[in-house]
Amino acid sequence: MKNFFQRLMCLCLFMAAPLSAQVLDLGVISGNEGSLPIAVVPMAYQGKLAAPELQVSDIIRADLNRSGQFRSMPETGLIARPTRGSEVKFNDWRLAKQDFLVVGRVLDDAQGSYRIEYELYDVAKQERMLGLSLTSRAKGLRDVSHQIADQIYEKILGVRGAFWTRIAYVTANGVGKNIKYSLMVADSDGMNPQNVVTYSEPLLSPAWSPDGRKLAYVSFERGNSTIYIQELNTGAREMVASFKGINGAPSFSPDGRRMAMTLSKSGNPEIYVMDLASRSLTQVTNHYSIDTEAVWSADGQSLIFTSDRGGRPQLYQVSANGGEPRRLSFSGDSNAKASVSYDGKRIASAQGKGSVYRVSILDVASGSWQSLSPGNLDESPSFAPNASMLLYANKEGRRGVLYAVSADGRVRQRIVLADGDVREPAWGPFRQK
Amino acid sequence: MKTTARVLVALAVCLALGACTKKVKPDDNTNTNNNSGADNGAQTNPMADDGLYGPEDLDTDECLRQRVVYFDFDQDGLKPEFQAAIACHAKYLRDRPSARMTLEGHADERGTREYNVALGERRGNAVSAAVQGSGGSGSQITVTSLGEERPTCLDSTEDCWSKNRRVEISYSSK
Repeated sequence: MKNFFQRLMCLCLFMAAPLSAQVLDLGVISGNEGSLPIAVVPMAYQGKLAAPELQVSDIIRADLNRSGQFRSMPETGLIARPTRGSEVKFNDWRLAKQDFLVVGRVLDDAQGSYRIEYELYDVAKQERMLGLSLTSRAKGLRDVSHQIADQIYEKILGVRGAFWTRIAYVTANGVGKNIKYSLMVADSDGMNPQNVVTYSEPLLSPAWSPDGRKLAYVSFERGNSTIYIQELNTGAREMVASFKGINGAPSFSPDGRRMAMTLSKSGNPEIYVMDLASRSLTQVTNHYSIDTEAVWSADGQSLIFTSDRGGRPQLYQVSANGGEPRRLSFSGDSNAKASVSYDGKRIASAQGKGSVYRVSILDVASGSWQSLSPGNLDESPSFAPNASMLLYANKEGRRGVLYAVSADGRVRQRIVLADGDVREPAWGPFRQK
Repeated sequence: MKTTARVLVALAVCLALGACTKKVKPDDNTNTNNNSGADNGAQTNPMADDGLYGPEDLDTDECLRQRVVYFDFDQDGLKPEFQAAIACHAKYLRDRPSARMTLEGHADERGTREYNVALGERRGNAVSAAVQGSGGSGSQITVTSLGEERPTCLDSTEDCWSKNRRVEISYSSK
């Protein structure tokens, strides 16, 4: 049965793929046993003009499945196609072992827009949990579909959904001197990819501003590494660090006013914090080892960074004002590139044992680790803003691919660009309407 | 095999000497006034090899043609087998004060990208320190790092990784 779901899900996504050659191809990798069964009935168009090309229920179903928390009934298995609560025969859905049911319809709204009315039901209780209406222009239907998935996710689980978010990543296409690096931004499901910047020299370390309007990144276009901040809406960018030596690993503070970065202008890579308004720098670390990849703690008071001061790379925590760092990771030969959950309770890292690197999560309170990925070269974990999922990079043969994995490690899904090498994923913050 | 190598070395030396002689010839003109006082038929010649490296040696000198220094995993320590090449490049910098050297550090794909940028820089600094230890001037050297971003070999094998853990020596000004 599980295989059947997987195959069906892949099929749906492959059918959607030809819409754009650049679209990321998502395939379900591993199971979702123990997740909540939910039926999302296609939302029939009941207007008088043109039906939308996009089926809202497909996107909702894929979102819920990818989270690992839900197991949605494949469309071909649906026992009925009600579009409103009054048409629902709850006993049938109970016999079909569904805990939840989503029904809805698409109507015409003013000036060629659509109105989506939907309802979420608890099948056992035969109770309506949600009844909402959203309006959208045709090109905004993907966004609205992700918003509905977020509403359903939050109503059932009590945790804010993170489907209506965006991801950034870097692609490399071509070989040798013809190689082109692109910084891309796509929807959380890999659809709707947009090019932010392209260059013939490497790009790395994209980092979102907390408001989701800007990306910081490192470019080698000047020969040496340089940190830029780019406004996504306008494409305008400014150079924020181009000192002698390394200018790398940017990370916005939770309030967006400061940026942690790695600079080797002193002759050795150290962590600095820049006040973005005044551009003044505070040196945070001072050690002859490599200190890099600083990210902010949830409260903005401290930084978690990679250092090899103990011999091999491990994670350390230090006050954002400087001081003596404290080692956080004591598992594996090495740990690097931390990603911190929004509540600060979990820290993900690329953990190395021998030549095998896996994405692992540290539960800060208990100090215990859990491996989320099978290896061999998994790196760059990035938490979703609700910490329910992570993105990470992996290498298959000679090309990099991205995976999305649920934070409990149960469901993994591969995200592959049609051609080329994908790396450096960064999950953006919640979006603002 | 050994004989072939020796012949090749000999050939390279001959070529180098030949190139030197040619290059130096124009300077003869400044020396011709030695002859202007007494034309007694004697002809003076400059030394073909003054022991100093010239730009052409970068292409012909066996030692200077070694432009890549390789490292062990997650290490920046110089291996003894690269000392000779580093000494030659240090001498080149001493012989040619106008020369400018770039040391570009690289890492294999294991470990994170930013860490590897730092590791590449550290390897570049290690070569820079060794060149300076052999008498090259730090003001002639620029260190950059591309981390794991520019591999020469793309497979995930030790053979490939060992080729990617490197510092490339190049001259922006010869």
